[in-house]
Amino acid sequence: MTDLAIRVEGLSKQYTIGTSPERYETLRDNIAETIAKPFRGIKQRMKAHSNPQLALQSPRKNQIWALRDVTFDVNKGQVIGVIGRNGAGKSTLLKILSRVTEPTEGYAEIHGRVGSLLEVGTGFHPELTGRENIYLNGAILGMKRSEIDKKFDEIVEFAEVAKFIDTPVKRYSSGMYLRLAFAVAAHLEPEILVVDEVLAVGDAEFQRKCLGKMSNVAHEGRTVLFVSHNMSAILRLTEETIVLEKGELVMRAPTQVAVEHYLSSGYAEIGERAWTKDEIPTTSYPFSPVAVRLRDSRNRVIDTLRSVEPFTIEIEYQLDEPIKGLRVGIYIMTTRGEFVFTSFDTDDAEYYDRFRVRPAGKYISSCHIPADFLNEGRYLVGINASSYRIKRYFQDEQAIIFNVDPSGAPGMQWAEPRLGPVRPRLNWQIETVSQETTLKSTTSTINLE
Amino acid sequence: MSQSIITPKNNEQVTYLRPSSGWSALNLRDLWNYRELIYFLIWRDIKVRYKQTALGAAWAIIQPFFTMIVFTIFFGRLAGVPSEGVPYPIFSYTALLPWGLFTKALSDAGRAMVSNRAMITKVYFPRLVIPIASVLSGLVDFSIAFLVLLGMIVYYNHVPGDYNTIAITPAILTLPLFILLALGTALGVGLWLSALNVKYRDINYILPFLTQFWLFITPVAYPASMVPEKWRWLYAINPMTGVVEGFRWAMLGTSGGPDLMLLVSIAISLVLLVTGLFYFRRMERTFADTV
Repeated sequence: MTDLAIRVEGLSKQYTIGTSPERYETLRDNIAETIAKPFRGIKQRMKAHSNPQLALQSPRKNQIWALRDVTFDVNKGQVIGVIGRNGAGKSTLLKILSRVTEPTEGYAEIHGRVGSLLEVGTGFHPELTGRENIYLNGAILGMKRSEIDKKFDEIVEFAEVAKFIDTPVKRYSSGMYLRLAFAVAAHLEPEILVVDEVLAVGDAEFQRKCLGKMSNVAHEGRTVLFVSHNMSAILRLTEETIVLEKGELVMRAPTQVAVEHYLSSGYAEIGERAWTKDEIPTTSYPFSPVAVRLRDSRNRVIDTLRSVEPFTIEIEYQLDEPIKGLRVGIYIMTTRGEFVFTSFDTDDAEYYDRFRVRPAGKYISSCHIPADFLNEGRYLVGINASSYRIKRYFQDEQAIIFNVDPSGAPGMQWAEPRLGPVRPRLNWQIETVSQETTLKSTTSTINLE
Repeated sequence: MSQSIITPKNNEQVTYLRPSSGWSALNLRDLWNYRELIYFLIWRDIKVRYKQTALGAAWAIIQPFFTMIVFTIFFGRLAGVPSEGVPYPIFSYTALLPWGLFTKALSDAGRAMVSNRAMITKVYFPRLVIPIASVLSGLVDFSIAFLVLLGMIVYYNHVPGDYNTIAITPAILTLPLFILLALGTALGVGLWLSALNVKYRDINYILPFLTQFWLFITPVAYPASMVPEKWRWLYAINPMTGVVEGFRWAMLGTSGGPDLMLLVSIAISLVLLVTGLFYFRRMERTFADTV
């Protein structure tokens, strides 16, 4: 008996755009397609004549490889992270491994019972009570009734909904709903667990609880494949991580290395990130990002700045319709995946009032970051445009990447790296309480370590 | 998905995932492993069906009962359709029961894959679970409406009239067979439609039209004996003919006992069911990508 849990070999998945989830065919479409086919050939040839590059592209135009020739093994008891940008093929990989969809090419072999958590609360019915939904959801996830009976109390306790267990879940707050949904999923006990981004739910307190539960699972010797955008969760839970890029596996390495690679080699641009029309998802309407820029104190667009100088991050965007309660903001994150801070343009109460409704138009929101703030290192700027509790219009976790040079920063007389992402210039006082005249020793020492 | 083979080897379950093509096996064992899910889905359908309705489960009776009244007025009284010696209301209501079971099962199964898309795109389970559960969940409404039929029989037996008394005979024991035949037919057609509906939403428009059309070629409002003898074989190609006639025979002892027509109905129903199962299994692998 091997200790192999998952073997994936040359796994590929091709999707035909047009049968994507957003669109479905009708018989009429198919009939229209058949009639249009001969003409399209002519049209394409005519186009190709004027633009030879198109001729090369056109046959593949409607098909995309969501996953391309991915090969890896996972041993029993390993906890593997899977990271990559949106559309890198993470979810497709998990869907294939959890048997929701079939690969187009290649094969996979799974030893043991698989539990997949591609979403929490699958099959929850709003009219049913919490109790009823636990049974229903458990059955959908592949639990036996006797198993659910056994774990029922544990699930209710974990979800903290004991009082409302016989209330229809449509009366639950969204937090309660998510807690219950996660609780059922968390008590699934398969040998191999495949998890997609489900931790990105609930309030901070509950997220901590979920992470705790997940790390218990990981320590119980179960095999886990864990997809997340949350780098600190990946760092905490996994030893090794796979990086996917445009459907291909580009790296498999210890998590620390993989996360660093992912964050620094991503598509984050140097100094400026501009968006073209077709890069903006339709879901972001009416918000469309134009560019994010990093400027130094002399207003130049730069990618390396000095810790001792102030700098500005500006977000240029367009609103095609007025948006109520819009806030545009940034996250700064280290390439190790720790957040340094988050800030929004309407954080200030006065701005918040003035921009209750932001009319359509072109805007630039700029954030001024003071001197002596960031420590040396590489940082990512993520941007977010949302209306609180209404809609997240746009988000890009890695819009720009930049370096901070420490020269002139406090403490540079010692050539050691300083821990922590910030390097403030703080006021220290050294008070001499008493002094021996011989100056043999000083009572005051500053110990920064 | 459909090519995944599970072999317990060294007490270990190994799943192989590869692209599949062509027809695949039914994999009924996998379906059996998920029998509890079928049960829970039926239970959900029943629990939810009449939530937030003022009349609740009474709807299960109202629908066939009022159809029966309309039929009695227009077909029984005005058109003078014969009812084989039993009161026309009972004659038509008895047929409306399996008919209602059939149409409900058919339209639920036809739409089931699309209405459960959230589950299909997120979790693995044998997809057959969904249409099977939606066909079976109609049995509850059927049972409620069936009690009303028994009540009507008792009533008409006590009211003097120009018809024979209805006696419950041992033929009633064959009733489950006819129910099974109705469910089998509904599942067969439902599997075809639900698999097609994933890709072609035209099915949503075909469904109401299909059930309406089907009602006219089934002896619900009239006896099969009205159809000329030489066309009976053609008429029997519709498996619901066998179901409705057989149902009446089992309940009321009317003339249409089991005969060659029933065999034709059973054969057609089996063909629909088996082809439906295989077609569904063939299309199943693309469900999550297209639904």
